[in-house]
Amino acid sequence: MINVNDMNKSFGDLHVLKDINMNITKGEVVVIIGPSGSGKSTLLRCLNLLEVPCDGKITFQGIDITDEKNDINKLRQDMGMVFQQFNLFPHKNVLENITLAPMKLKKINKEKAVKIAMDLLKQVGLEDKHFTYPNQLSGGQKQRIAIARALAMSPDVMLFDEPTSALDPEMVGEVLQVMKQLASDGMTMAIVTHEMGFAKEVADRVVFMDEGSIVEVAEPKKIFSNPENPRTKNFLGKVLSVS
Amino acid sequence: MDFNFLNDYFMFFIHGAKITLLLSIFTIFLGVLMGIVLALLRLSNNVVLKSISAAYIEFIRGTPLLVQLYIVYYGLPLIGIEFPDIDALGSSFPDLMSGVVALSLNSGAYVSEIIRAGIQAVEKGQMEASRSLGLTYGMSMYYIILPQAFKNILPALGNEFITIIKESAIVSIIGIHDLMYNTDIVRGNTYKPFEPLIIAAIMYFIMTFTLSRLIGFVEGRLKVSD
Repeated sequence: MINVNDMNKSFGDLHVLKDINMNITKGEVVVIIGPSGSGKSTLLRCLNLLEVPCDGKITFQGIDITDEKNDINKLRQDMGMVFQQFNLFPHKNVLENITLAPMKLKKINKEKAVKIAMDLLKQVGLEDKHFTYPNQLSGGQKQRIAIARALAMSPDVMLFDEPTSALDPEMVGEVLQVMKQLASDGMTMAIVTHEMGFAKEVADRVVFMDEGSIVEVAEPKKIFSNPENPRTKNFLGKVLSVS
Repeated sequence: MDFNFLNDYFMFFIHGAKITLLLSIFTIFLGVLMGIVLALLRLSNNVVLKSISAAYIEFIRGTPLLVQLYIVYYGLPLIGIEFPDIDALGSSFPDLMSGVVALSLNSGAYVSEIIRAGIQAVEKGQMEASRSLGLTYGMSMYYIILPQAFKNILPALGNEFITIIKESAIVSIIGIHDLMYNTDIVRGNTYKPFEPLIIAAIMYFIMTFTLSRLIGFVEGRLKVSD
């Protein structure tokens, strides 16, 4: 579904992504892990062109998204994204947050958009919050709304950029639960996270990144119990010994 | 102090105030429109558009309004822009338009700086979230960024609107029959150089105070989502 070929990305002199090759197939959950500053988030943000790669090629459902002839706005409608900082629209209530894009982009009428939104709110367990403004919600609730907002466009793939990193510990579970459900419903997902337990349980494949390169890709069982690369071993040794 | 002249001249002040208000409303409207365009140009990635906007703003901020007013007043006819000579509340329409154009050109520069600061104060993640849903840059600006920016900048914008009402007094110099001009006429006719100024000050204050209360009210209404 998504193919990345020889992608590089630099910010000025800083070479943050080096010769990235990666593919995500339909229905697959790919979890990207690695130390801070390893380029995980940048990689994810390149997938929907929030960051523009310097060279290389990214195809989404066979279409080259880096080709300026292709309408990235149209392509983004099929790629949902969830951010670390939620980024809900504070001047709109929950329902308006969710219905805005479907109504404006898919020209769905309000009645139908609200119905879709209410179904999604039910799915994330927040159907009673539809008229609430984001600032009155907890972090976990905000992130679940953000997931519902992305799902409202019925995307083919969901990108999660450290969705639980800004949450208080007791709220991490409720968000992971929603994501787990999504994964078991067959959604294609790419997730940057520090939640190793979640990665172990939900991922089909785990990608380990360090210093801008993909160091190792393996099934979770393999990478967590018997990593091949010494850098993977070192990193996992540090994070797993804590938890 | 003797305010007996009001018996004869009160309506003179009212007519002047009407012109001042008319002038201010048009200026506020056009100034905001221009301010939005200039701010968007200033924030665009196109170096040429950016520089044009920046240069314009610097020029307007760096020259006196009086000079700008004269340039517009004598310059518009020179470049072939003439307005039909119809009656506008007892004032000459071409003169009035010169006033509106000059004040708007001036105010637009200040408003654009206010709007630019407001847009930049909106979190970067808002634009990213909006774009990630597939909304275009323009739609994101319209539905997501500008409404939030507007809320941030309302107090500063209110100050600018009040400044417009006050500064509009300068157009009396090109013969627009605004509050200031009519006040001067009353001063001349009655040989009272002082008292009419008190009346003018009170009337300006009523206009600006009403406006500032109005903006305070709108600010309160926009606080719902906080």
